[in-house]
Amino acid sequence: MSTTPSFFETPSPAGQSGLKAWLLTHDHKRLGLMYLWAVLFWFAIAVTIGFLIRIELMTMGRTIMSAGVYNSAFTLHGVIMIFLFVIPGLPAIFGNFFLPIQLGTDDVFFPRLNLLSWYLYILGGILAIISLFTAGGFPDTGWTFYVPFSIGTKHNVSLTVFAAFVLGMSSMLTGLNFITTVHRKRSPNMGWMQIPLFTWSLYATAWVQLLATPVISITLLLVIAERFLNIGLFDPNRGGDPILYQHLFWMYSHPAVYVMILPGMGVISEIIPTFARKAIFGYRAIVYSSLAIAIAGSLVWAHHMFVSGMSDTAVFVFSLLTFLVAIPSAVKVFSWVSTLYKASIEMTPPLLYGLVFIYLFSVGGLTGLVLGAAGTNIHVHDTHFVVAHFHFTMFGGTGFAFFAALHYWWPKMFGIMYDFRRAYIAATLATVGFLFHYVPMFILGLMGMPRRYYDYLPQFSRGNGLAAVGGILLFSGILLMLINLLLSFRKRVKAPSNPWGGCTLEWSVPSPPPLHNFLREPRIKDYPYDFSEQLKSPPAA
Amino acid sequence: MTSQHDRTGTRIGMWLFLYTEIILFGGLFVLYAVYFHEYSAAFAENGKELNRVIGAFNTILLLVSSFTVAASLTAIRRQAKRLCLLLLAASLLCGSVFLVNKYFEWGHKFAVGIYPNSPLLASAPPGKNIFFGLYYVITGLHGLHVIIGMSLLALCLVLVHRDRITAHRFTILENSGLYWHLVDLIWIFVFPLFYLIL
Repeated sequence: MSTTPSFFETPSPAGQSGLKAWLLTHDHKRLGLMYLWAVLFWFAIAVTIGFLIRIELMTMGRTIMSAGVYNSAFTLHGVIMIFLFVIPGLPAIFGNFFLPIQLGTDDVFFPRLNLLSWYLYILGGILAIISLFTAGGFPDTGWTFYVPFSIGTKHNVSLTVFAAFVLGMSSMLTGLNFITTVHRKRSPNMGWMQIPLFTWSLYATAWVQLLATPVISITLLLVIAERFLNIGLFDPNRGGDPILYQHLFWMYSHPAVYVMILPGMGVISEIIPTFARKAIFGYRAIVYSSLAIAIAGSLVWAHHMFVSGMSDTAVFVFSLLTFLVAIPSAVKVFSWVSTLYKASIEMTPPLLYGLVFIYLFSVGGLTGLVLGAAGTNIHVHDTHFVVAHFHFTMFGGTGFAFFAALHYWWPKMFGIMYDFRRAYIAATLATVGFLFHYVPMFILGLMGMPRRYYDYLPQFSRGNGLAAVGGILLFSGILLMLINLLLSFRKRVKAPSNPWGGCTLEWSVPSPPPLHNFLREPRIKDYPYDFSEQLKSPPAA
Repeated sequence: MTSQHDRTGTRIGMWLFLYTEIILFGGLFVLYAVYFHEYSAAFAENGKELNRVIGAFNTILLLVSSFTVAASLTAIRRQAKRLCLLLLAASLLCGSVFLVNKYFEWGHKFAVGIYPNSPLLASAPPGKNIFFGLYYVITGLHGLHVIIGMSLLALCLVLVHRDRITAHRFTILENSGLYWHLVDLIWIFVFPLFYLIL
């Protein structure tokens, strides 16, 4: 271990001590950690709300909340999860912390802009909180803010939508920063095909963020304008077309799901080779599939609108394009599994989360095809099937990738190791709970239970009861996981600089890294996943 | 913006940002395209109610201001500080006159009862309501961008005056100039879409 002070210990410049050292910092690592706590705060709230929704649906009729509260609760759950957790989660926390290190540089290209993004994120969060308690309370529209309801409802849509606008700006600026960093601050010895896959996935994500986010910005501004000025651009009585709103909304929001999943795929592409002690299968295929997903994923938005009214040609085209996105996703899954084949696998909590990701994401992806096919889509449109599919990809996918990333990089970020036993128990609990929670929802959806309804018919009660049991298991699993991670601060078991035997650059520096990341010029390998050195001298752990 | 003075990198960042601005307006142009397809006759008819002379004059104003901004950058690179200040002031003047014109245009329309949710538009045929609805949203958002651009140019004016922008350090002026050109460029599209429909 080196004796160089970590970025925590390095004294701040004069006049920037204590809290100021954090709030005025330009250091990407500190910003990553500041995002971490802010994002975890929102995650805890949204998970709790989701849990309460599940409990409400446990029995028929009123269980714990009124129908009005229920409508606001699922909107709040969606808005927080999407805009405050899933979108910023991986890029803003782990991207900020590790993208510069993986590129062999000392910071992102625009450090001050990075700080601004963080403040925009916090501002967006505060606006969301304010909207809860002012004029009419939190919206009851669902996170999609569909017109005409979002324009007519008395709830405080304007402020919430504005919060989403600000958060979009934050995410856009992060994307802009990452693209410029990859192009201009990459270590001069690092070619494009030597960039680690997590950074590659962030690069592809950043383009989608930049490409798509302004569309949601203008859409949300239009909702605000409609609410205040009542122009009638989406009002059919006055010449407007409500379907256009849906097009604009999904033009962003479908690419946004790739903003959510791509970094998760990047995390898994880091974890699998590390614990397989083997070069990743199909490095280039994974890189190109990330780019392919980013491009093709931007062209499939209208598959959310098969029942909204569209020409048959459009339905055919969007359905076909949706199927095409499945190919690069499958390429990735194939590469991960092939990496594991005949590898000397070392089981650890991050790998367990990674494996669960592969399974859950595959189920989520395949059920996505059921929804992408126009015929079956019409049968299950707006049912619990959609909700289950979405949670399999976004929670089972991105959520579990987020947990995997937490466990993988925790020792690097804080220099301490967590308890493995509790981590395994938590992961198992969460996975079993997850399956009990969402598999019944697929079946409920096929049986015809609509999404977002407060109450249901007697034939749906067994499925909802099972889902509630799953919800309780899942909730306790996540709680245990978070507690376990937090407990590591009390025990403070020191982590070595490379506890897993990883070979990307972040593992070549001390844990936690020093202020300028590298003590000497980093040595860039010809191939980022070359484990020959790690195999010669296995890690101490 | 960065300690390393990688001017290319800063420029890449700025261009990426400008790109997001284009997409922002792109969403509105999508709306325009769809509604123009639906109500082309009404658009052509109501487009004649807008004052082409003022519109053309405003276009010329913005083009001139784009020239002066570009020239101010050349001026500072040649260390002609006074000229640079003069050119920036001229750009600001053009921007202000543009806004004043816009104010009178809007004011006139308000006076004849054409404004969002006015009784006249509410009872008018749908094409008319949509045309003026889009007119107000797009020119309004553009006006907001003019104000932002002018604030940036005013900031540059102060910085040049205080010698914070010099022949060797002019990234802020360059990027503000790029932003101003974008505002200009968007107007070049907005002008024919509303004023020159045949």
